[in-house]
Parts: sequence; C-alpha cells; structure tokens
Amino acid sequence: MMDSYSKSMTELLAGLESGDFSSVELTESLLGRIATLDEKLNAFVTVTADEAMAAAQAADDARAAGNPGVLNGLPILHKDIFCTRGVKTTCGSKMLDNFISPYDATVVEKLAGAGAVVLGKTNMDEFAMGSSNETSYFGPVSNPWDLTRTPGGSSGGSAAAVAARFAPAATGTDTGGSIRQPAALTGTVGIKPTYGRVSRYGMIAFASSLDQAGVITRTAEDAARVLGVMAGFDERDSTSVDHPVPDYVAGINESVKGLKVGIVRQHFDAGLDAECGNRVKDAIAVIESLGAEAVEVDLPNIDYSVPTYYVVAPAECSSNLSRFDGVRFGHRAENADDLMDLYCRSRGEGFGDEVKRRIMTGTYVLSAGYYDAYYLKAQQVRHLIADDFKKAFADVDVIAGPTAPTPAFRLGEKVDDPITMYLNDIYTIGANLAGLPGMSVPCGFVDGLPVGLHLVGHHFEEQTLLRFAHQYQQVTDWHTTCPEGFE
Amino acid sequence: MSAGWEVVIGLEVHSQLATRSKIFSAASTAYGAEPNTQACLVDLGYPGVLPVLNKEVVHMAAMFGLAVNATVAPRSVFARKNYFYPDLPKGYQISQFELPIVEHGELFISDADGNEKRIGITRAHLEEDAGKSIHEGLDQSSGIDLNRAGTPLLEIVSEPDLRSAKEAVAYMRKIHTIVRYLGISDGNMQEGSFRCDANISVRPMGQEELGTRAELKNLNSFRFVEKAINFEIERQIDLIEDGGKVVQETRLYDSDKDETRPMRSKEEANDYRYFPDPDLLPVEISAEYIEAVRQQLPELPDAKHDRFVNEYKLKSDDAAILTSSRAVADFYEATAAATTAKPQLVANWVVGDLSGALNRDGLDIATSRISSTALAGLLTRIEDNTISGKLAKQVFEAMWDGEGTADEIIEARGLKQITDSSAIEAVVDKVIAANPGQVAEYQGGKDKLIGFFVGQVMKETGGQANPGQVNQILKQKLKR
Repeated sequence: MMDSYSKSMTELLAGLESGDFSSVELTESLLGRIATLDEKLNAFVTVTADEAMAAAQAADDARAAGNPGVLNGLPILHKDIFCTRGVKTTCGSKMLDNFISPYDATVVEKLAGAGAVVLGKTNMDEFAMGSSNETSYFGPVSNPWDLTRTPGGSSGGSAAAVAARFAPAATGTDTGGSIRQPAALTGTVGIKPTYGRVSRYGMIAFASSLDQAGVITRTAEDAARVLGVMAGFDERDSTSVDHPVPDYVAGINESVKGLKVGIVRQHFDAGLDAECGNRVKDAIAVIESLGAEAVEVDLPNIDYSVPTYYVVAPAECSSNLSRFDGVRFGHRAENADDLMDLYCRSRGEGFGDEVKRRIMTGTYVLSAGYYDAYYLKAQQVRHLIADDFKKAFADVDVIAGPTAPTPAFRLGEKVDDPITMYLNDIYTIGANLAGLPGMSVPCGFVDGLPVGLHLVGHHFEEQTLLRFAHQYQQVTDWHTTCPEGFE
Repeated sequence: MSAGWEVVIGLEVHSQLATRSKIFSAASTAYGAEPNTQACLVDLGYPGVLPVLNKEVVHMAAMFGLAVNATVAPRSVFARKNYFYPDLPKGYQISQFELPIVEHGELFISDADGNEKRIGITRAHLEEDAGKSIHEGLDQSSGIDLNRAGTPLLEIVSEPDLRSAKEAVAYMRKIHTIVRYLGISDGNMQEGSFRCDANISVRPMGQEELGTRAELKNLNSFRFVEKAINFEIERQIDLIEDGGKVVQETRLYDSDKDETRPMRSKEEANDYRYFPDPDLLPVEISAEYIEAVRQQLPELPDAKHDRFVNEYKLKSDDAAILTSSRAVADFYEATAAATTAKPQLVANWVVGDLSGALNRDGLDIATSRISSTALAGLLTRIEDNTISGKLAKQVFEAMWDGEGTADEIIEARGLKQITDSSAIEAVVDKVIAANPGQVAEYQGGKDKLIGFFVGQVMKETGGQANPGQVNQILKQKLKR
C-alpha cells in the first residue's frame, strides 16, 4: 500500500482487480498523504474525506457484487469550478465561499457513475481567471517542484496535487490554457478536448465559448481512461456535440509512424526561454525517431491570439458573472442601504482584483460605440485564426511546440503585471479560440523545473493527441520523476 | 384631437407562447402557483446551469411569421440583454437582437373610413420573460417570485404605421385574434399573457420628420391601450402648442387617474450590451421545415371572413364578428351544417340571441349552455314553419335554462304553429265578426288596419298561427 500513490490509474486498477488492495485502503492512504503533505502546497479548497470513504466502500461493494464501473474505486479530484451536490463549490472566490451546490455537474455525475472516488475539490484562480493560482481567495498554491514557485493556473491545485501524487487524476478546465499551462509547469499530462466534447453543464462559466473541461494525469493512458468517461453529448448543454466517443485507451497503442507533425515557426521566437525551446526541440526529435515526420506550418494570424482572447473572454465573463449579485446565493453585503448599494457592495466585496479587471474590460468592449471596434473585430480575427488552423491541418496530423514560454515562475513575480501574466498563455490560447483539442506532455527539466510539450489536434482528434503522447511516454521517463519531498 | 397634427404610433406586442414548459428549462409555465414553486435551477440562474431551447417556441414563432406573411429567418440568433434587476436572475435576459426569427410581416386593419389599411410588422423575436418583484404585504423589503422567469414570449414589433388610438387597438385585436387562431397563445390579458408597449409621437400635418416619441409600457387591456394613447396624444400636442418639447422617455399609464406618468428617462437607461449568447447555438430553420409548418397552418381570420361572405353569403359585418374567434367560427359552421335553416339566419342567431345570452351570463362559446347541435335543432323548426321566429326566442330561453331540446320544449308547451288553413279561417271569421267597425274602416281604404286584424288572430291562437297564412287569409276574407 505504501507506494501505491505513485502508481498510474492503469496500475491501480490492476491492483484493485487482483485484490492486492481495496479502494477503501487506497483512499485512506491517499487521504493520509493529503493530510500530512498538502500544508506545503495548499492544493485543496475542500477535502471530502467522509464522502470519499463512503464512495470507496460503495466501489468495493460494487466490485464484490461483480458490477464495477470503468473507473471503479479509483481516486480523483475535482477542480472547485465543478458543482458538487451537498459540497461547497467556491470557484476560488469569496463570492461563493458559502455556496453549497444543490446539484452535480455532468462531469461529476459521469465520473461518479463510473465508480471514481472524489477525494476533494482543488484550489484554482478565482473564477478560473489567472495563470498562477495567485488570484484564489483561498491563497496561492505552491509548485511541488519548488515551493516558492507557482504551479500555473487556473487549474493550479489540480496540477500540483497530481504532481505531488495526491491522486492519479484531477479534473480541470481550460479557457485559454488553464489545464495545459499548469500541467507543463508541474510535469503532468493535461488535455483540453475539442470545444463541445465534454459537457459544460455544472461547470461555473468563465467564457462560455472558450471554456472546456479536461483532465490532468501523469500518463497519457490515464488521461485517455478518464476522458473516455467525461466525453459525450449532454442534452443539458446545447454546445456539446453529438459525436461518437472513440475508445481512447485502445487507440493509444497505435504507432505514430508516417504521421505528420507541424511546427509553427512563431512559437520558437524571442518570447520563448531558450532552454525550454531546446527541451521541446529534443522532444520533437524523439517523436521523429518514432517514425513521424516534422514539417513547418504557418499560422499567420497566431500573434493576434492573445489580444483577441482578452477581448472575447472578458466580454463573456462580464455577462456570465452578472448572476453573482447577492440576491439568491453567494456573498451578500450586510446592511445595504438600497438595491444599488446591495449590488455594488456584494460584488465589490465578493470579487477579487483580477475578476473585477476582466469584468470592467468586458463591460467596456461590449458597450455601445465600442462593440464594433472591439468585440466584433475580435470575433472576426478569431475566425481568421480558426481558418489558419484549418489550413494547417490539411497537411499535418498534429501541431507541436512549447506549452508555456518559461518554466514555473516565482510566486509574486508577475502578480502585479497582468500583461506579462497574460503572455503565459500565448501558445495555448489559439486552440481555445479555434475550439481545437490541445494537450501538454512533460518533456524534460530546466534547472529542476518541468517543461511541457504542447500538442494541438484537429477537431475531435483527441485520440491522435493521446496516441502521440502515449508513444512519447513509452520511450521517455520524465513523467515518472517524483518531486523531492513527495516521494 | 387637435386639428393640424398627425399622430404616429408603433406597437410592441408581447404575446406569451402557450408552451407547457419554459423557453430554456423544463419548469412548468402554469399560471398562479405558489411563488417560486415553478422555477428550477436554470430559471434561478444558478452557477453552472445552461439554457436549452424549447423547440416548440420555434414552431410557434414560425407559425406566426407565416400567418402575417413575413420572412421566417433561416438563421436567427439568441442574444443577451444585460442589465441588473432583482427579478432578472442571470443579470441578463436571453432575447434576440440583430437576427430575429421573424421579419418583414404585415397585416390589415380597417381605418376610420372603413378602408383596408396595411400595417407593417418590422419583426417578431423570441425571448424569456423576467420574474416579478412583490412589494405588497412585505414590510421594509421586497419579494421576488421567479415562477414567470423563463416564460416564452414572442415580441411583435410594428412599423410606425398606426395613426390613431383606434387603429392601434384594431391592430392589437388583430394580432390577438391571430395568435389565438394559431393556438400559440391563450391571449389572456388579465394574466399578462398578452400586453403591449406603445411608442407615440406627434408631428404637424405634412411634416416628414418624426416627432420625439414617448413609450408607454405594459398596457394590458384594449380599453387601456385606447385611453392611454389618447391621453398621451393630447398631452404631447398640448405640450408643444404651449411652447414645450416632448422628452424621449418611458411612461406608465395610471388607469385609476387616466393619465400617463414618466417612469424613467431614456438618457439614464441602461446600455444593454447585447451580444450573441454563447450558450445557445443559432436557430437554423430549413425551407422544408417552413413548408411543413405552412401546410399545418389553420385557416386564418381574413381568409375565413372572405369564405363566410362567399360561401354562406353572409353580411361582411356578421362574418367579421363570427370569425373574430376560431371557436365562434367553428360553432357557427357546425350549427349551419346541422340545420336546413339559411346561413344568414344561423348568423343572426349566433351574433344576436346566443351572443347576448353568453354575455349576460358571463360565458364564452366554449361554455355555452346551448350546443351547436341544439341550436341547429331550433333553427330547423323555424325553417320548416313548426314555430315562428318570435316563439323561437321563447324556446331558446327555455333551452338556455336547460329544459330540453327545441322539439321537447315545443311539444311540452304546445307551441306548434297552426298551419291548418281551415283552423286559421275559423279564427279569422270569428275576428271579423267581432270587429265590424274596423272591417268597415279597412274596406273604406284604411289598409294599415290589416296589422290590427293579424294581431287579433295571433292573440286568439296564442301566437301559434302561421303569420304568413293569417295575412293571406285575412286579406282574402276582407275583400269587397
């Protein structure tokens, strides 16, 4: 039992199936680990120990009865953006510090249905707005590879927890890179599927046209396992797509021989840390050695992706966050003088600076007289960027490059400089704007800090990404390296 | 109305659509439940919930579009109208803005001179209703009832083609008739299912440029629409004639005081920051779908009116009354089909005695105490001379009171008309014998006295003699 924390889901499943250990034993052991080690990281907003033990017992019973789910008894974590019935769902905000969700998100429901055991809700940037986990009302999360550094964001708690071997998998959400950038900074695997692949129902909205749920794991195989459960059409989400879900786990064993890998020249320019660039180039060389062919592709409008994103995402968030008004749920200011005072103070007290900054930006770009110049223009550029990807995918199977421009930076380093912070997502935002699946895979270290290889695929080609990542992990061991202090 | 001024009115009619569940959730739309018992998490705007379009509303909007000769858009888009209000749970209302589902429609009303007048319909769009704030009975606080939140509405916007309060009412009535014909709205104005906002301005006769308009909000009866608009027209004209200026603003009509008052000034009004709702896909409608809806459309009021005039040879006014509601028209047709009586006679009875009885008892055609079959039975007895029209009214009242069918009542009361000539002749002889003075006068040239003799005969026969026969026999016997 003692070393089970470092095992992948695939290995744990074998142990559960053969009766080496029970889900109750596994859950107890991981909860113990969280209890002793999480004070270093602050990766959790809520640890759901009692619920987890009950779920583990139920999973063991189901296995004994001969009807285990596909993730039966396997521990997972949920980013605190997913509504979980009867449990606090905060979205990293003071605004929802008192919010107990009356219902389960579709993702939560599906994973529970497959027999997964939820150990807790992970810390995150407030309303998923941030790239360092420093905007959380519940305090920043530390990177297990260097406790003075950020794990990235906004799914920082999920990434840090998986890197620290608290659980083999954690859900995340990705609006501009919020799964992939923290995965890169913590040496984990993170996949953001195609927009519409996973239901958004019950996932608290940041920017509805960009938000997509995914998962952070240590192996591509585990990602395939969890994504297979999460994916699929949901009649409660009109933007989810009724497209068959392939057997991702079965698909990863195929070779990548003969497939084409597109390399975007702009992704290796001055903005990229040179050493990070070298690790990524090495990784591409490994992939070529597996029989894939690297070719250069052009994404002429990709440089506009960050400014485009910072118009579209704030616009949608300014509207999505209007429901937090102190009237029906969440934080309510005390002793309001009148309705306007109630609104202003509830929102003023409940939201943090970054959320307010984006609400203001979004309100501005949607205002009469500015809509055409900003929002409409941004939507037009978004179409151009999507067209660029479409053209590129006529020639290649995946596009590869760096996930983030640098390894993990120090906590506090960029928190007062939003523009520099926003540039952290420069390589990942394009996939969100175009609705494409993206994935980060650990591909080495720079000064002891992990670096991520970024893969982008064509719509609904998650299996191609998983296949590349899995084949790469078969010949590399970056993902098996455990951060010091968490062995 | 002051001479020299032209009135320009445009109406925005809000018609609640008669779906069972809400436009974006599965909660019930039934009226009158306990506050907040018909609002689910989607209606309450909970974190993480998403709207899913009720496809029935698309069908209903398409029906309306086709009924007013409009374009049903192959692609329309839901947009968010952003503003804060306690009864608006999400902080935005899902509506349609740039790409509405219906555009470029029209309908026809009668103007003051009785001529047909075309009124353009700019657009009709789908949207969700807000909840309701409650202030009565609560001390120092307000309550929110979100049962109505998410109820589907079709907002129908007219061109500024209306020129008087009367025209505005005629237009609104026409829309009301159409939505009820289509079965897409119950049109219940007391419950707020059918209401309108009116944009009103005045300009000197002949001036091209429009005057500054005021918007009257939430008019929920035809009577109030007329009174409110007339008040507003007078107010604007008086204001301008006194050297003042109309301010663009939203006003409310106070029916108790019969006046309009400013609600809030448009200058301070919200910038709604409309943008396409990313939670909903554009509504795509194929040509085949539109064609299928067209095939299912019921006969509409105008077409039915024309058919009644042509097929039944009815007077246009009667046809208009009969076709003002589909239920009345159906009742009429069912009655006409079940009797040998002439269609115009049937119309007279439906428009006259039946409508009168319904109004008197506060009933409508659906709850009429006399069925179409029963009424047809009565009219057939008039047609075959079993009873006179006059006695028929007595039978009708007895039927209304539940005494049985026409035949049963005629039988029970012995009301059968006397058509036996010898029987009538005997009475005529008796009357002539009893009134020698009048006979002499008549024969002396006072023709009008025939009425007196008919009256006497009818009196003698208890009204049962056939009046035509009485007349004929009297004239014959009084000759010489």
